[in-house]
Amino acid sequence: MSSSLAICKRELRAYFTTPLAYVFIVIFLALNGTTAFFFGGFFDRGQADMQPLFGFLPWLYLILIPAIAMRLWAEERKSGTLELIMTLPVSTTQAVFGKFLAAWIFAGIALLLTFPLWITVNYLGDPDNGIIVASYIGGLLMAGAYLAIGGFVSAMTRNQVIAFVIGAAVIFLFMMSGLEMVMGIFQGWAPPLVVDVVRSFSFLVHYDAIVRGVIDVRDLIYYLAVMGVFLFANVVVVDLKKGA
Amino acid sequence: MDAMLQLESLTKRFGEFTAVNGISFSVSRGEVLGFLGPNGAGKTTAMRMVTGFLPPTSGTARVDGYDVASEPIAVKSRIGYLAEGAPLYEDMTPVELLGFVAEVRGIAGADKRKAIDRAAELINIGPVMRQSIGTLSKGYKRRVGIAQAILHDPDLLILDEPTDGLDPNQKHEVRRLINEMAENKVIVISTHLLEEVEVVCTRAVVIARGNVVADGTPAALEAQSIYHNAVTVRLDEAQAEAGRSRIDALTEVDRVEIVGGGELVAFPGEGKVIVDAVGAALKDAGIGVHEIRVERGRLDEVFRRITTAA
Repeated sequence: MSSSLAICKRELRAYFTTPLAYVFIVIFLALNGTTAFFFGGFFDRGQADMQPLFGFLPWLYLILIPAIAMRLWAEERKSGTLELIMTLPVSTTQAVFGKFLAAWIFAGIALLLTFPLWITVNYLGDPDNGIIVASYIGGLLMAGAYLAIGGFVSAMTRNQVIAFVIGAAVIFLFMMSGLEMVMGIFQGWAPPLVVDVVRSFSFLVHYDAIVRGVIDVRDLIYYLAVMGVFLFANVVVVDLKKGA
Repeated sequence: MDAMLQLESLTKRFGEFTAVNGISFSVSRGEVLGFLGPNGAGKTTAMRMVTGFLPPTSGTARVDGYDVASEPIAVKSRIGYLAEGAPLYEDMTPVELLGFVAEVRGIAGADKRKAIDRAAELINIGPVMRQSIGTLSKGYKRRVGIAQAILHDPDLLILDEPTDGLDPNQKHEVRRLINEMAENKVIVISTHLLEEVEVVCTRAVVIARGNVVADGTPAALEAQSIYHNAVTVRLDEAQAEAGRSRIDALTEVDRVEIVGGGELVAFPGEGKVIVDAVGAALKDAGIGVHEIRVERGRLDEVFRRITTAA
């Protein structure tokens, strides 16, 4: 456990000693503001809630989360430091967990920095803060799931650009499986069970439920399961590809 | 069980290619093992298996009795390892990197600071402790790599080309350090610098194409050389031919070669010592000798012969 924490600490520091962290946070906040105010109609809606922000969050994350995750393993492999870290007395599982945790904490910091909007909403009106808290939790869970996928993809390559593109594509597939458009393809012929299964894979379906303020155990389990599966796959890939 | 490091038929295949083909040897405390071989012979792959980075295809590597395949953490915590090319996190400073390695190794608080100070002092990186590693010279990077390997004072130190890229002074420093630490540890260094083997190693294992082709002390290796006990003499260039025929006439001498510039090399017959005879023969003939010396053997010649043999 302490090894995981040491790795987590190192990773977090690596984010903040390079410009990556600052560039990421600035762009994340700028895009959040833009989408919330321009596309989400933050003022025009005349409602005191944060729906304009959280409605677009999955799409911002689609681009920005793979950007955090892409370096996790690809960079270690490229620079050879994978050999340094994997010959220290730390298991692959501990290393994967430590790195994931660092990326998740970083994504969480970026998300929490949207707090001025929360304050604004409270200043202007009388929002349901329970829903807002639930939305933050939903956003955090979604970030975790995206990061687990991105980390797994990053372990498969030494090229960060490839890790980014493939990571975003896989996440996109998971998102799309809940949209009407995609459901329509299945609804014509597939048995309802298949349709439900495909739908249940979607990030958006589970996210929407949480953002409405309903934290259902099944949605939590869904996100934790996605993280668990991809972190496990991450461990397997790191072990398999170590020497390659 | 005296052996600190024990390899048994350690084998690694990458698809069809056999990188390491069933090598076995064991190393005990106090030994400094030079692990030699041409590039691509399988040195790095073998070291990566011992350090738990690569799983062996078959065979075992044991460190202090622990099998690296079944107890990798126990093995890794006993090893200090400098990987080939000394990979380091370039965005960190040495003090941060050593702190990180200490934490992962479970060294905390005052012990951590002590360990870092000790390693930094031993390896002489004090002045650059707070510069980012990416900006350091190759020599300093290599030394930071060695510092992280000795941080926890390991029983087994494995250094893959520790002096590669260092200048002669730094090489000397590192070799002195290895000699100092050798007493209670097992040190394995891979290198293709033969002079390094003579200076620091008590034993040399040579591998070629994944197989062990020689295992012995550096002196024993030198004795395999055709130059072992050969005598080199330097005469006036005009007298070189006369000297050659004189020496060649001796029964102990197998053959004589003229190197040029008045230098001759006389190769002894099987197991013979010929220096006295050569000196006497030249003196009797009244040929002036400017220089005479006995060759101990040439490691590079032995190395070339045993690593290129079919």
